[in-house]
Amino acid sequence: MKEELIISGRENLLVDPQLHIWHWPIPLYLFLGGLAAGVLFFAALYHLLGKEEEYRTAVRKAPFIAPFALVIGLICLFIDLNHKAYFWQLYTTIRIESPMSWGAWTLLVITVSAFIWCALHIREYFPAWDWKYKWLRDLESFFNRYKKQLAWVMLIFAIITGVYTGILLSAFNARPLWNTSVLGPLFLASGLSAGAAAIVLLSKDKKERLLFTKIDLIILGTELFLIVHMFMGFLASTQVQIEAAQLFLGGPYTMVFWIFVVILGIIIPGVLDLMEMRGKHIPAVLPGILVLTGSFVFRFVFVFAGQVSRWLY
Amino acid sequence: MRYAMAVDTKKCVGCSDCVVACQTENNVPIGFCRDWVVEVIDGTYPQLEVELRSERCNHCENAPCVRCCPTGASHIAEGGIVLVKPGKCIGCGACIASCPYDARFPHPKGYVDKCTFCIHRVKQGMKPSCVSVCPTKCMYFGDLDDPNSDVSQVLKKRKHKTLIPEAGTLPQLYFLI
Repeated sequence: MKEELIISGRENLLVDPQLHIWHWPIPLYLFLGGLAAGVLFFAALYHLLGKEEEYRTAVRKAPFIAPFALVIGLICLFIDLNHKAYFWQLYTTIRIESPMSWGAWTLLVITVSAFIWCALHIREYFPAWDWKYKWLRDLESFFNRYKKQLAWVMLIFAIITGVYTGILLSAFNARPLWNTSVLGPLFLASGLSAGAAAIVLLSKDKKERLLFTKIDLIILGTELFLIVHMFMGFLASTQVQIEAAQLFLGGPYTMVFWIFVVILGIIIPGVLDLMEMRGKHIPAVLPGILVLTGSFVFRFVFVFAGQVSRWLY
Repeated sequence: MRYAMAVDTKKCVGCSDCVVACQTENNVPIGFCRDWVVEVIDGTYPQLEVELRSERCNHCENAPCVRCCPTGASHIAEGGIVLVKPGKCIGCGACIASCPYDARFPHPKGYVDKCTFCIHRVKQGMKPSCVSVCPTKCMYFGDLDDPNSDVSQVLKKRKHKTLIPEAGTLPQLYFLI
């Protein structure tokens, strides 16, 4: 048997821990960004389908999660920068090759449209709201006139935001666990299911809850399919990707991934959704909370495990 | 112009003089380093083979760090050298996560730091500090486009390899084997 021992003379306690360069704010932001993308996607979709009155929570109430989620997410991103005073350099250029660059611009567009969308529906929470100044009222009627266009922008940029959180990671060939194109659709699905779960949690209308339970179930199924797909891809790939998959198949992240993400975050809420649709009464809080927690843990596990996976040479 | 470096793994004794020279020359903050020595022991006792490598940034031709940098702070400068503009770097860490060689680190001042092939010395006609201090003279530096440069000459004569060529980065740090 051939044995190999690698001794790095780097002997540098300060450098190697630094290779774990992304800390808790990044997965937290990825979760919040995905959630915001999810709720905004459904708000825009059901507005464009002309079902605003039917699905009031999805179109008018749930989007209020987005500005908060996005602002907290942006603060998270800022916290994890090492050279904070230079953050504005992000907005001096667009680099198509760098997902972080166009992602930063996407984030700007989606945050602004989320705020406008919520401003248009502020009377949902504060019925007696008055904009006080004439120019603000003018602005409101301007956006009300172009609400359809705004919804289109929101729909498209919500999808881009959802996909980008995954592509951001999959662009790194140095981290074999992240370097899979399934990550884009998988993160989008995870964000959309979190959005649907949030709508089910907020909605008091039976019909609306049933619809979003159904949507949630379909997306959870897709997510499960994508996860299986991802592992099949890893195991059929190169040694580094097989080793990356091993982090979840017996390695240190096995328990947390399969228990919290797959079983508690996808399978059990999926079964509960199915029971709800079959007419059994399930407290809506249960699948909602499980899906949100699963989505949350998924980002943490993936960001942290990805930084462990590497090429060996 | 295409700067490259070759390290003779048969001559290197792993003294780490190159590491200290770099830290001194480039004022690398205490506790950090831009180059390092790796010792690989291969085989089954008593048939063991040792390879010593002085490693640093590979100044890749297809550099993932340059590709993923959101602001363009990481760029390919004249001679193919990968450099960071501290004034444009936001310290997001994307380049650190993208480097298969783990050759970058966040400078305590916030921006990302790495090997520069001592471009400030090279411009004055000197060799990079690691190359010039090496007691066994196991490092060669020069322009690959110049057939008479040290590095071109030695690569012509000796068998060599690069690190993880399968990562597709087209590294320009060669190891003579």
